[in-house]
Amino acid sequence: MATLSFKNVKKTYPGNVAVIHGISIDIKDGEFIVIVGPSGCGKSTLMRMVAGLETVTEGDIQIDANSIKQLEPAQRDIAMVFQNYALYPHMSVFDNMAYGLKIRKMSKEQIRERVQQTAEILELDHLLDRRPKQLSGGQRQRVAMGRAIVREPKVFLFDEPLSNLDAKLRVQMRLEIQKLHHRLNTTSLYVTHDQVEAMTLAQRMIVMNKGIAEQIGTPMEVFERPASTFVASFIGSPPMNLLNVNINNEGEITTVDGTDLPANSIQIPASVKGKSRAIMGFRPEHCLLHETGIPVKIEMVEILGSEQLIHGLIDQTNIIIRQNVHAHIPTQAPLKPGNIIYIRPDGNHALHWFDPETTHRLN
Amino acid sequence: MIERRPWLDLLAHLILLIGLIIVAFPLYIAFVASTQTAREVTSAPISLLPGTHFLENYAQVLFTGSSVQTTPVGNMLWVSFVIAMIISIGKISISMLSAFAVVYFRFPFRMLCFWMIFITLMLPVEVRISPTFEVVAGLGLTNSYAGLTLPLIASATATFLFRQFFLTIPDELVEAARIDGAGPIRFFKDILFPLSKTSIAALFVIQFTYGWNQYLWPLVMKTSEDMTPIVVGIKTMIGGGDSVTEWNLVMATALLAMIPPGLVVVLMQKWFVKGLVDSEK
Repeated sequence: MATLSFKNVKKTYPGNVAVIHGISIDIKDGEFIVIVGPSGCGKSTLMRMVAGLETVTEGDIQIDANSIKQLEPAQRDIAMVFQNYALYPHMSVFDNMAYGLKIRKMSKEQIRERVQQTAEILELDHLLDRRPKQLSGGQRQRVAMGRAIVREPKVFLFDEPLSNLDAKLRVQMRLEIQKLHHRLNTTSLYVTHDQVEAMTLAQRMIVMNKGIAEQIGTPMEVFERPASTFVASFIGSPPMNLLNVNINNEGEITTVDGTDLPANSIQIPASVKGKSRAIMGFRPEHCLLHETGIPVKIEMVEILGSEQLIHGLIDQTNIIIRQNVHAHIPTQAPLKPGNIIYIRPDGNHALHWFDPETTHRLN
Repeated sequence: MIERRPWLDLLAHLILLIGLIIVAFPLYIAFVASTQTAREVTSAPISLLPGTHFLENYAQVLFTGSSVQTTPVGNMLWVSFVIAMIISIGKISISMLSAFAVVYFRFPFRMLCFWMIFITLMLPVEVRISPTFEVVAGLGLTNSYAGLTLPLIASATATFLFRQFFLTIPDELVEAARIDGAGPIRFFKDILFPLSKTSIAALFVIQFTYGWNQYLWPLVMKTSEDMTPIVVGIKTMIGGGDSVTEWNLVMATALLAMIPPGLVVVLMQKWFVKGLVDSEK
């Protein structure tokens, strides 16, 4: 049970390569935080700094308000689950889990008891004598988690733990991690590049890009009010449609290529009104086909079963529209590549507005 | 073999048999010779059937030696065994530790150290024999096991082999051990050493044979008869000039000299192959 804080943490590699440009966040006791971002955004580095596998260049990392920056990994009271599990191949499952406890000079009785307990939680109790080689991917993953759990650390670190599993197992393990967290309620830091994992597991998430925390918030906050165009296009599948628009003094908006957008279907918020240019964002599922509206030239239609994705162009900008397969299509033209359809924001969901220079949210 | 044709199988077996005969025939002749009297051996043509003096000849070489070489072969076998063991164990421990240092520690001139070790590959015993002798003699180590083995222990090959093996061990394993609280010594003892077992076995086989077969260095180093390793001993049994060579005894000694390395290879074969083929990960 512990809090974890980052105080303006920076990381620069030798040769002046800055990978993390100052991240601050206070993580509450028992909170499950997911760090999500594309590869190379510094998310793993951030986690490795907590583990003590990388040094902190600037700033501070604290567990329970005590700086851990100078401590050895073993003294930090953290446990880490690695992407490739990193199980000791020559040790049995039992020994793998017991190794850290043995080093801490815990009594044999106590070790046996703890390992047994953890093994039962993870349904590994019948596998304790096996070697990692004799286990399936999902079982190895569980052993890796077991090794972290037996130590009863203050903070759990998960470094893309599910990315080596197949899709079905991943969903299953995701649920198990969630259950486990409910049960143990240990402060956890979870790194992933998979936005579904981030959305489903996180109590709060940190969306990282190029060493900067673009947004920190609950999954719904991040989804409903993305703080920048990066977050808008990174979270949500398919990503949010982003349209560069010009706004004139009368409040009429056109795309940068000059196509008029029907003002009556688009509410311009007060914070955007003075601007001459902006980026307008709407999610693929938040627009309707209509007789009139924004003209979209269909490029391709993908049918996913209950839904279909319409890929199209507004002038030069690629957009995607998500529709129920049986939704009413109010145009004469069938949904075929080359045809023009008209769309409107559905009115139930506010449009997203971003500054084209800073890419930050305006409304 | 992809093709399954009887005559191909036959051909393959034939070639194998011929190979076997080429290798085994001299050994067989040596065995036959070692069971005959000295006179029978030298008479032409050589008999292809074993004689009746097996026990007699072997007992004589093992416990008393030949007329030219009076050290018992049993003693020589022991000397050879000790030398081979010290060399192989010494080589393995030293090169494992140096590879451990080179791979896992960041110290100044790390790569320089590695290349210095590597460069010694160009300087085998034969090349540096006179300076090495000077040093060893100066230290008063002639005629001792230390003198016979120490100069042969440093090994670039083994260091390199261990380095390459250590490099294949994933970094995450090291990190997991660090998080578990294992210091360098514990990591070495609990993780690196058990993982290297197969490589160690393979190296042991190679180095034991290498140590066993040392000829030039012991020849230069030893001055007293009771420090004669068997490989050198065989040569001294072959009398020069006027003295008679008891070939039956020489052959018996040669066969005895083959047994220990042969045993090591046979007993550790499984590990040896495993160590060369796969790295258990």
